[in-house]
Amino acid sequence: MTSLEGRNLHLQAGGKTILEGVSAGFTTGQVTAILGANGAGKSTLLTALAGLSVPKGGEVRLGETALLDLDPRTRAQRLGFIPQSPEIAWGLEVRTVVGLGRLPWSGGRGLSQADGEAVDRAMDAAQVQHLAERDITTLSGGERARALIARALAGEPEWLLADEPYAGLDPRHALEAAALFRSLAEQGAGVLLTLHDLTLAARLADRVLVLGDGGVLADGPPASALTPDVLAKAYGIDARLRETDQGLAVDILGRWG
Amino acid sequence: MRRLSPLTVITGLVFALGILAALSLMAGRVWVPLEAWGREDPRWIIILELRIPRTLLAIVVGAALGMSGAALQGYTRNPLADPGVLGVSSMAALGAVVSLYVGFYLPALAGIAWLMPLCAMAGALVGVLVLIGLTGQASGTVTFVLAGVVLNIVAGAGVALALNLAPNPWAVNEIVNWLMGSLTDRSMADLQMSAPFVAVGLVLLILTRRALDALTLGEIGARSLGIDLSRTRLLLALGVGLAAGASVAVTGVIGFVGLVTPHLLRPFLGPRPAGLLLPSALGGAVIVLAGDILVRLIPSAAEVRLGVAMAALGGPFFLALLLIQRRRLA
Repeated sequence: MTSLEGRNLHLQAGGKTILEGVSAGFTTGQVTAILGANGAGKSTLLTALAGLSVPKGGEVRLGETALLDLDPRTRAQRLGFIPQSPEIAWGLEVRTVVGLGRLPWSGGRGLSQADGEAVDRAMDAAQVQHLAERDITTLSGGERARALIARALAGEPEWLLADEPYAGLDPRHALEAAALFRSLAEQGAGVLLTLHDLTLAARLADRVLVLGDGGVLADGPPASALTPDVLAKAYGIDARLRETDQGLAVDILGRWG
Repeated sequence: MRRLSPLTVITGLVFALGILAALSLMAGRVWVPLEAWGREDPRWIIILELRIPRTLLAIVVGAALGMSGAALQGYTRNPLADPGVLGVSSMAALGAVVSLYVGFYLPALAGIAWLMPLCAMAGALVGVLVLIGLTGQASGTVTFVLAGVVLNIVAGAGVALALNLAPNPWAVNEIVNWLMGSLTDRSMADLQMSAPFVAVGLVLLILTRRALDALTLGEIGARSLGIDLSRTRLLLALGVGLAAGASVAVTGVIGFVGLVTPHLLRPFLGPRPAGLLLPSALGGAVIVLAGDILVRLIPSAAEVRLGVAMAALGGPFFLALLLIQRRRLA
């Protein structure tokens, strides 16, 4: 089990302070959902935790080492990252795009047989095997999102950080992606997601980290962290957590106040 | 179109290059058929002194422009990128023209044989660095093309000023040479002056191949895959600076080769940027060599300059490309 830990992070975006003094540690084997209103700093925090931005203050440590001291390639082998609605410049075949996920491992000579097997496993897991030959720019939003999840899985990273991986997925595929992230955590990976769907977060995550007011509003298992008070502060909504026989659900009753 | 394997395409291009090279040795004002190849025939001297350097230079320059275009298109994720469109070639031409002035006003430096290629490469390097600097993090298509327009205007103004202030008609003539690229009457010395730099430039560009593929997913996507983009920018700037700069230094500006070549290859090879680098070098060589044979065969009083012919063919191609892009964006 390894840990990914943000210590006293001071993060900016576009020259504006977004988060101040945020500390949060994560362990492998868990799914953590990072929640918060638009502009609360979810993406900013996730990008810093992925080692892709330099914090204004504080540091991110992966196990015993500072993340920014790691060689970029080693970091990429250990931490997979799915950016929010990433641009895709060329009409590559889906299999080629998924193969890009092997770049941290492969040399310049292209994919080895082992790389090819990892690509196949990732495509099976994300259910995009049937799209292998398709041009990625012609896929529907949901198919594209799954292909990009497969791209990140292909690197078989110890940590998977995904920024809004559900954007564009219909409810059925969102549930399947949730099952996929769960099974990754059960196999020992650490999974960090930013999410907007509160019910999905409550069911999928072992832990939620709710951001707001430039810091952490709540941190813990969904059942105890997602109190009406926290939801009101974070989103300005009147909402209640409810037990159903399928798991937790969040009922949004209306705006707060 | 059905994709072909890279090996098939490369074999085909090498084969075409071989045939064109043989044709290039034969074609010109004086046709030198295969039977005349040999030391006894007086026409052999034409091949030896004129056509071998010209043919080899066409291959070197075509490879430099083709691969530079493919690398720039990959890096910018913009199919309209090319050393000519982005102003890198114009900056190299400005460098070459400046070196003429340096030679004229500082005779002490005029003896340095490498002065001109060095100035041309410096010009190209400045061009690429300005491009990368101007566009920086947000490398949108529009910013990049506008940056190219700016470089072309600045370099054009510099060259026009040089023409304006030219000390004598001979200098005017020399300067015009760099505006309209040509392979006529080039010697082995020209080849020796450019080939090593082009070779180093091409190797540097090939080193960017993983990064170019990763950049398909955007800058943050590439960085998340462990790509060090500052290293990529350095390799790209040096690679294009050396390859395109050394080419312009000996042949002048030959536009559109870098733009057209990757486009012609994409239907066969697919759009993966790294897969286009080597084939674009070969394809660029084929196009420049074919163009150079063509200008020799056009019956005209003065030989049509290769740069002019390429622009005449490339302009409509560029227009067609814009129309297709516009339809796709609409």
